[in-house]
Amino acid sequence: MHELSGAEPILQVKNLKKYFHTPRGELHAVDDVSFEIQEGRTLGVVGESGCGKTTTGRAILRLIEPTSGSILFDGMDITSMDKHRLRMIREKMQIIFQDPYSSLDPRMTVSGIIAEPLIIHRRVSGKKELARRVQKLMEMVELEDRLSSAYPHELDGGRRQRIGIARALALEPKFIVCDEPVSSLDVSVQAQILNLMQDLQDQLGLTYMFVTHDMAVVKHISDEIAVMYLGQIIEKSPAKELFRHQYHPYSRALISAIPKIEAAGADTATILKGEIGSPIEPKPGCRFAPRCDYCIGKCLSENPPLKAVGPERYAACWRAEEM
Amino acid sequence: MDELLLSIRELTTQYITEDSVVHAVNGISLELKTGGSVGLVGESGAGKTTTAYSIMGLLPKLTGKITGGSIIFQGKDLTKIPEDEMRKIRGNQISMIFQDPMTSLNPILTVGDQIAEVLEIHGTATKEEAIAKAGDMLEMVGIPRERMHEYPHQFSGGMKQRVIIAIALACNPKLLIADEPTTALDVTIQAQVLRMIKELKAKLNTSLILISHNLGVVAQVCENVAIMYAGRIVEYGPLRQVFEAPMHPYTEGLLNSIPRIELDKTRLSPIRGMMPDPSVVPPGCIFRPRCPYAEQECAVRAPRITEKSGRNVMCLMHEGIIANKMRVDHA
Repeated sequence: MHELSGAEPILQVKNLKKYFHTPRGELHAVDDVSFEIQEGRTLGVVGESGCGKTTTGRAILRLIEPTSGSILFDGMDITSMDKHRLRMIREKMQIIFQDPYSSLDPRMTVSGIIAEPLIIHRRVSGKKELARRVQKLMEMVELEDRLSSAYPHELDGGRRQRIGIARALALEPKFIVCDEPVSSLDVSVQAQILNLMQDLQDQLGLTYMFVTHDMAVVKHISDEIAVMYLGQIIEKSPAKELFRHQYHPYSRALISAIPKIEAAGADTATILKGEIGSPIEPKPGCRFAPRCDYCIGKCLSENPPLKAVGPERYAACWRAEEM
Repeated sequence: MDELLLSIRELTTQYITEDSVVHAVNGISLELKTGGSVGLVGESGAGKTTTAYSIMGLLPKLTGKITGGSIIFQGKDLTKIPEDEMRKIRGNQISMIFQDPMTSLNPILTVGDQIAEVLEIHGTATKEEAIAKAGDMLEMVGIPRERMHEYPHQFSGGMKQRVIIAIALACNPKLLIADEPTTALDVTIQAQVLRMIKELKAKLNTSLILISHNLGVVAQVCENVAIMYAGRIVEYGPLRQVFEAPMHPYTEGLLNSIPRIELDKTRLSPIRGMMPDPSVVPPGCIFRPRCPYAEQECAVRAPRITEKSGRNVMCLMHEGIIANKMRVDHA
């Protein structure tokens, strides 16, 4: 979708870890994750419940404090920034949430919600300019003018998500973490929002990190995809190529499990044995090994690193080349 | 095999409140043979779940009301029979699986007791037999029978949904209604549960109504599909044919809206606008305001069901009243 330029990565994440203390030990929610996103492109992050995709997105914005690792945004390390500087840089880094209802203040009007970041960050001088900016933002996300004094509960899910997007865009960010932004929407509205997000990216040169469990959506919207399993990236690939060939047995099972319209009635799913392991004090070795049909002795003792297995393709599997 | 199990005729269900009448289901007709399967597909508010609740007799007592039509199940009209008779059918001959496996189970009863309860209530087994059968049912859904003494919180989401399937199938029902049975599950678990539903359905010759907003899920399991929009079945037919060559503009719009794994599309073509307010029924075709093919006639004339080579569609283009402008011609 977007031309590969020699652009610098806008975001560089190195060895990011987020552990939570629990009564049963350390929960490794995000465990040594590294990736980059080039300016103007979309990285899709997929995986099932508990794989750490949402925690990764929040840790990047320091909405959750990372345990260790570094996050470079535009070349600046934001992990060591004090609150004041972090607040300045956050203008450039925004987030869109899954549930547009619970992320909007029910007592504020549409225009009030969109205006709030402009007021807090003192981006406007005077009411007239504020009104003009809010109107411009509503136009950008295709929200009807007449809705400016409506309250969130009066609107449907699609329009609520448009408010969430307008608010995220208010401070003219360069990078947006999109956390399941279309997962609670009906398919025809979902398509409208996905198209809007693509248009905004083209117009404004936005960079997205798109977190979702929906494989079809992630394939559609992303330039590159990272597949996560139990806190780690186990495969990274250009979006379309991932669906043609998978180097990691988990990605393979995941993609085979998607119910397809074309193959009506043909059950092609590889059913994984067992259940997802515990992220608390994980055992040494590959996290996927207990469920993997390709598991060998080495897999149980040494966790495979994410390494290049082809042009622009990476997999964390000792047997990736054989796949 | 070809025996008719369920025949819904002109079913109309409304939710009546003090200040409005919500027209949830508007005169739908549907037939299901013994061992057959149909998917009810549509977006929120299409009337899928209301249809299921109408069949089950589970509409909210104060507001929900079947105001017209009939639901003939094995020769009996379910809309006419008294509640105590319905109670013998519900959970016994017709079972339902709900979307959320987390809230459908009783947290203070063991899963074994919950399966056995159904058998006891319907008087098909003594307590001892029921407990033994509960173990068999658990094994049938791939859970070791030793786990029957455990409580729901000790099971994962996928396993809870399998327990619910075991409960639903315990009395060997003739008809299973599954309302978004895998929507709350991860995709790899969804694949397991769908495969299980399919295998058990074949083994027990159960008829199935599968409700889902996910076209792929329905494609995996059902032979026939009914596309619902604003309380109507706008298109019905063999699933493969409907998905490969939709006849109704809404079906076409739905298929164009979803990102597809198999296609490298760079842009989606969503259906414009929004589902209409179900408390206002405009004249003409209900889909007209969103339809790319609509003409003036569509605003005044309500389409009827047209039958064409085993498929049903509700659109004036197929009644020959306005020109058919859809890309594929199915004549």
